[in-house]
Amino acid sequence: MDTSAGLILREVCKIIIPAVLLFALYVQFHGEYGPGGGFQAGVIFAAAVILYALVYGRHKAQRILPLATVRVYIAAGVLLYSGVGVATMLRGGTFLDYNVLLHSPQHAQHLGIFLIELGVGITVAAVMITIFYVLDEFCE
Amino acid sequence: MLDHLPALQVIIPLISAPVCMLVTRASWAWLLATAVSIASFVMALLLAREVSVHGVLSYHLGGWVPPLGIEYRIDHLSAYVLIIVSATASITMLAARKSIEQEVSREKSGLFYSAYLLCLTGLLGIAATGDAFNIFVFLEISSLSSYALIAMGRDRRALTSAYQYLIMGTIGATFILIGVGLLYMLTGTLNILDLQQKIPGITGSRTLHAAFAFLTAGISLKLALFPLHLWLPNAYAYAPSMITVFLSATATKVSLYLLFRFFFGLFPPEVSFESFHLGRILLPLSIVAILTASFVAIFQDNIKRMLAYSSVAQIGYMTLGISLASKEGSIASMVYLLNHALIKGGLFLAMACIVFRINSVQLEDFAGLGRRMPWTMAAIVLLGLGLIGVPLTAGFISKWYVLSAAIEQGHWLGAVVVVGGSLLAILYIWKIIEQAYFRTPVKVALHTSAIREAPLAMLIPLWVLVAGNFYLGLNTSFSYNFASTAIHAIFP
Repeated sequence: MDTSAGLILREVCKIIIPAVLLFALYVQFHGEYGPGGGFQAGVIFAAAVILYALVYGRHKAQRILPLATVRVYIAAGVLLYSGVGVATMLRGGTFLDYNVLLHSPQHAQHLGIFLIELGVGITVAAVMITIFYVLDEFCE
Repeated sequence: MLDHLPALQVIIPLISAPVCMLVTRASWAWLLATAVSIASFVMALLLAREVSVHGVLSYHLGGWVPPLGIEYRIDHLSAYVLIIVSATASITMLAARKSIEQEVSREKSGLFYSAYLLCLTGLLGIAATGDAFNIFVFLEISSLSSYALIAMGRDRRALTSAYQYLIMGTIGATFILIGVGLLYMLTGTLNILDLQQKIPGITGSRTLHAAFAFLTAGISLKLALFPLHLWLPNAYAYAPSMITVFLSATATKVSLYLLFRFFFGLFPPEVSFESFHLGRILLPLSIVAILTASFVAIFQDNIKRMLAYSSVAQIGYMTLGISLASKEGSIASMVYLLNHALIKGGLFLAMACIVFRINSVQLEDFAGLGRRMPWTMAAIVLLGLGLIGVPLTAGFISKWYVLSAAIEQGHWLGAVVVVGGSLLAILYIWKIIEQAYFRTPVKVALHTSAIREAPLAMLIPLWVLVAGNFYLGLNTSFSYNFASTAIHAIFP
């Protein structure tokens, strides 16, 4: 990967990337009230990392997020999602029946959807980043 | 705990998949995958018992009541398919360790077993769920993971065949999704039981015709029904040996289950067969599948490809049974499903043993194997007899049922084709036997004493399948009762 990207490109990315990451988190955690949710947020988050890797080189990106770490996140997201399901089963509900998580159903539904969307977001972002890493490595 | 069984059946493999991915040691990943496979087999048996005691089980996901919520619905038919899939998974995994160590690189083995568990999740999920859209989701889970699994084959052609399967499989899945979408548009529901009640009232609708056509084409693609079978031979031939064993005994069988579930359940049989004439499409295609695929199999030099073409022919027998639209035909098809899973799984397992020792499945390399690997070759002969349909084997029973169901309906052409297909099967099985027992090896390398019998860890599961082949051939009431209770769920 060519790391000698132009000065303007590098400096603009420094400004844009934090904003993209923040927007990803907004889409993630605002999903219950407006358009958004885990899938979209994950893709936006991954786009920020991929932009960084494109401009500064994959090796620099992998110093922050190594492939092995990203792989753990892929699994962690799915485990968070299914873990919520198992937790609801252990608390006497059926699989993913959020109502049993907390005392009031409103709060419980809120918490349940929050957690599983977080799981979706983590896995989607990690998978997108992995695909980019692997393809980039393959092209070298 | 028993109340949660329908969900656990699917969730336990699902949760184990990411765990398997994180496991670094290949042997631990194998151990986990095997334990989960056996656990899901035990759960399938428990579910079958629950169903026979308490009747149909319904599990409401997320506590939402169907038809609004997603429902897992286990009836006899689902339990039947769950048992077949999970039993195959257990036998495959018990035999798999050494073969996978040899064929899949160490750093990929965690991912390999993880993809396998996802594939198992998808296949079990299709059988367990009672929601049409959920079926599509599980179909995609199982398909996507099987593309990845096939692509891990050692032969470079594994990549292109996985890609071919990816394109064909995606078209099939998209068609199914469009069909389900149209049904949702018409009825406003995705629950299969609810759809079943609403569809007879709207048979005049052209949209319903379109939905039916999309579903038929999509499922036929997944099922590898002639002429939509072209992805299957390469995918089976170049996949890792153990994946061929697993997929050949489960993937197309689950698609056949879908055919049943959609055209005898979701669409009531009188709608599928009288208003939409499904039989008139399936019957000629099945006949052509049996004859051409058997014929093509005779000329294959790669034995895995030969057996894959034979699978296409065998799928023809199963759809022939369905196309008769009678209770007997459906039972015949269900018995065939079980027996063929057993026989073809066994034959591909024997191929895995041979690949493990001689690293080839070319016909010419089989010369002299009768002496070098006597137990493996004996198993191939006995399972081959089952494939042909020789009396005393399970293959005979299943062909007999299809034959008598065809005659009962007065389909003499179908009956003749069933017998003719068996004659063609004799030809291609004989080719293997002749090469293995009556030819001396030409290649110098194969004279070396390096070629020994396959390890016991692979031979024992193989001979379990051989024994099953004869057990089901002698004790016919077992599979018949099993299948007829399954069919009773959709053919009251």
